[in-house]
Amino acid sequence: MLTLVIFLPLAVAVVLPAVPRRAVPWTWTAAALAEVALVAAMWAVHGTGGGVSFETDARWIPSVRAGYHVGVDGLSLPLLALTAVLFAACAVYSLRQTRRVREFAGLFLFLETVCLGLFAALDLLLFFVFFDLSIVGMYFVILLWGHGDPARSALKFFLYTFLGSLVLLLGFIGLYLGADPHTFDMVDLTRTPPLSGSPGLAGLTLLAVGIGLGIKTPVVPFHTWLPPAHTDAPAAGSAILAGVMLKMGAYGLVRIAMPMLPDAWRRYALVILIVGLVSVLYGALVALAQDNVKRLVAYSSVNHMGYIVLALGAAGYAAGGTDARRLAVTGAVTQMVGHGLVTGALFLLCGVLRDRAGSYDIGRFGGVARGAPVFAGLLAVASFAALGLPGLSGFIAEFQIFAGTIGAGAVATAVTGALAVTGILITAALFLRVLHKVVLGPPGELTPLVTDVRRPELAALVPLLALSLLIGVAPRALLDTIEPLSAAVVALVGR
Amino acid sequence: MPAMNENPADLAPELCVLLAAVLGLVNGLFLPRTKQWRVAVVCAIGLVFGLAAAGVAASRPDLMAFGSFAVDPVTHVTRIAVLGSTLLVVVLAAGEVRDHPRESEHYALILLSALGAMVLGATSDLLVLVGAYLLASIPAYALAGFGKDAPGTEAALKYYLMGAFLGVVMLAGVTLLYGVGRGTAYDTLRAGLADAPPAAMAAGVVALLAGLLFKAGAVPGHFWVPDVTEGAPPAIAAYVTTVPKIGAFAALFRFGAETAPGGWAPLVAVVAAATMTLGNLAAFGQDNVRRLLAYSTVSQAGYLLVPVAMAGRADLARPAVLFYVAAYAVTNVGAFAVVLACGRDDLAGYTGLLRRSPAAGLSLIVCLLGLVGTPPTAVFVGKVLMFGAALEGGYAWLAAVAAVNTVASVFYYLRWIVPLFGRSDGRPPPSRAPLAVAVAAAAVSLVLGVGSGIALAA
Repeated sequence: MLTLVIFLPLAVAVVLPAVPRRAVPWTWTAAALAEVALVAAMWAVHGTGGGVSFETDARWIPSVRAGYHVGVDGLSLPLLALTAVLFAACAVYSLRQTRRVREFAGLFLFLETVCLGLFAALDLLLFFVFFDLSIVGMYFVILLWGHGDPARSALKFFLYTFLGSLVLLLGFIGLYLGADPHTFDMVDLTRTPPLSGSPGLAGLTLLAVGIGLGIKTPVVPFHTWLPPAHTDAPAAGSAILAGVMLKMGAYGLVRIAMPMLPDAWRRYALVILIVGLVSVLYGALVALAQDNVKRLVAYSSVNHMGYIVLALGAAGYAAGGTDARRLAVTGAVTQMVGHGLVTGALFLLCGVLRDRAGSYDIGRFGGVARGAPVFAGLLAVASFAALGLPGLSGFIAEFQIFAGTIGAGAVATAVTGALAVTGILITAALFLRVLHKVVLGPPGELTPLVTDVRRPELAALVPLLALSLLIGVAPRALLDTIEPLSAAVVALVGR
Repeated sequence: MPAMNENPADLAPELCVLLAAVLGLVNGLFLPRTKQWRVAVVCAIGLVFGLAAAGVAASRPDLMAFGSFAVDPVTHVTRIAVLGSTLLVVVLAAGEVRDHPRESEHYALILLSALGAMVLGATSDLLVLVGAYLLASIPAYALAGFGKDAPGTEAALKYYLMGAFLGVVMLAGVTLLYGVGRGTAYDTLRAGLADAPPAAMAAGVVALLAGLLFKAGAVPGHFWVPDVTEGAPPAIAAYVTTVPKIGAFAALFRFGAETAPGGWAPLVAVVAAATMTLGNLAAFGQDNVRRLLAYSTVSQAGYLLVPVAMAGRADLARPAVLFYVAAYAVTNVGAFAVVLACGRDDLAGYTGLLRRSPAAGLSLIVCLLGLVGTPPTAVFVGKVLMFGAALEGGYAWLAAVAAVNTVASVFYYLRWIVPLFGRSDGRPPPSRAPLAVAVAAAAVSLVLGVGSGIALAA
């Protein structure tokens, strides 16, 4: 069942060349919606229990004990659902796409398989295969459908994240060699953490894994690939890159780094806290200075991902306060989902601006609300969601993160947590600035060009924001799914 | 210790190749010029029989034939990789030398050189090693200059002079090792080198390495690679950058693992780091795809030397070197096949290839991303094993150097990939036979990557 879910998009991509050109976008949309239904069904079957469902463990490279091992649990299900929803939104959004539709749809279906596979993988080598393929797929999306200077941005993206993936691979091999018997299986590695006898090697392995995942997340100072890649990527590509692929890094931290290297994670938790804090503040401050709305959203992603790293650091730092640390981890996972939905929506909205006016420059718009009321409304909702207004997903996540971090019962977590709260303030300022300049205010030179959202765009955006609202108002279903997992992770990292 | 025996049937794959070469040559004497393609068929059949025999041999227990020819997993992989890539090269060459005055000699020379490469990888005796080196090299010199044009002649001369010089150095090394180790068989040397004077032994090992590194196209014996790759006919370029290397790496690994000379790991590790770095740096500025591929093969040789350096230190070293060399061979031949199919040497000639011929474009993308080490291609698994071997052997710095080099290599492979997506300017479509080889190689590279478990278990 899970294997079907993962490889269905790829299968559709393979038969896509045989589909008539006019039917390509609809085939893509149908496949993406089927994926949403399938993932929802899996979630319904899994329920809110702990443990792994839909597990498949097939031999792949037995001589190095790497297998095709996939399964879903409270951590992967929300992210699988996020992936399916975002890809469906991109498919709907791109219904009017005219440039190389077949290739575009094929590449996105391929990327969907890769992203779903990554979040379902329970084997390090399998995880890495999907991790690497996501880079290759996104490289071509930016290169072929990007604007501005796509070749340069795509190359920078490829080289930077590819370096990260190789460092990650070295870390994985360190875990493999540290385990006795040698294995790439995540379940085995989590059960008996490797390298527990040699703190130095464990620290180096954590460094490699941390840098590899940190580049992808991205955390300051490894974030410099992100703004150009986002600015020059097509709207749907940006939405996937920010909404799904940035989560791979944070997901890897929760799935791999914390449970497999608990000692090292605890020992270097302060470093992780500080890296998270710096990402929060630096991302927010740099975003404040941007005039390009897409760059602004990109930097705000650095800020939002920083909260996740901060929470995960806090979960490893404090010795006592299990409840608070659990809260922090739950908040971090909720933030991954919420940020994916909201940032995906924001990038699609940026795409609407570019589609109409060919520019991202905040200063050249103004008073858009008059000519495009629906667009203005959507942008307002998305901005409020991003700045953490209660009633939307951002609030639930960030509240838990701060409550968990500050309440974890140590001076360092309390201080970093309190400092990170100022990030919220800056984010609020920057999104309000966008609303002021673009939606309200006197008309800018490009304002007449901005017509209201069209039906496919609306159909793509509304579900994303509605889900954010749903999480904000009734988070129970999501939190109940995550809770058992965060309890397990906190217990594992506390070993 | 495997049982000693002198059963010629244990050399069945080698004999198949020899027989095919001789039959091809004899046939060629009596065939009219327009019918010489039959020689290619004879040679291909010989290679297919050789592959079958090698497959059968791989399922039997290990043994030692004639006291100097080991039949073990290293030999099996060498045989299969050499025979398989030679088969692809013969198909590539068949179109190129069709109705050439010396068509049959061309095939016979390829087969004889391949035979040398097979023996090179299988032998566990220094004297046979030297013989195999000469057998693998001398036909290749002739092949490099086969076109009788200026670039080909220059290539052949350079290839020959370097090969002859480093071959003599290697012979001196063998003599020295024979003197201090009291034997030429590897198991005798293993005991003999343990209490040999270190300086003399080191000199012998270094001199021996000179010849083998020449065959492997690694630093410092790499100077011939770009010139031969650019100057020789393309099919021969594919051949010399693939097949002799397979034999050379198998031989290097076997020597390192079976005689365990002191200082082997650091020496080869430094050579490996230098080779991959130099190959990558030199590849950056190339606008000629054949020179680019040539330097890419140099850097690949560097990665391949990593597990060779770890011979005897890491359990992963043997699967790493064997899997990587086979994966590299098929991927490299695939890339050259696309070059041959398109008939263009400049990067600009590949603009819009994906539109013009999706099959050629996709094969090239698979092969080039494969050389980068992107999953799920075969080289990816090879690279994972290579990194694993380096870390297991305690050479983390070497793994880091290899990782940085891999990232750097992305740059020049992408320089070739990016134009593929551009607009086509209506050049003729690629020729059929090389295209089929390219597609087959790309497919094998993917299948070998996904099904690597089966290949590694065997």
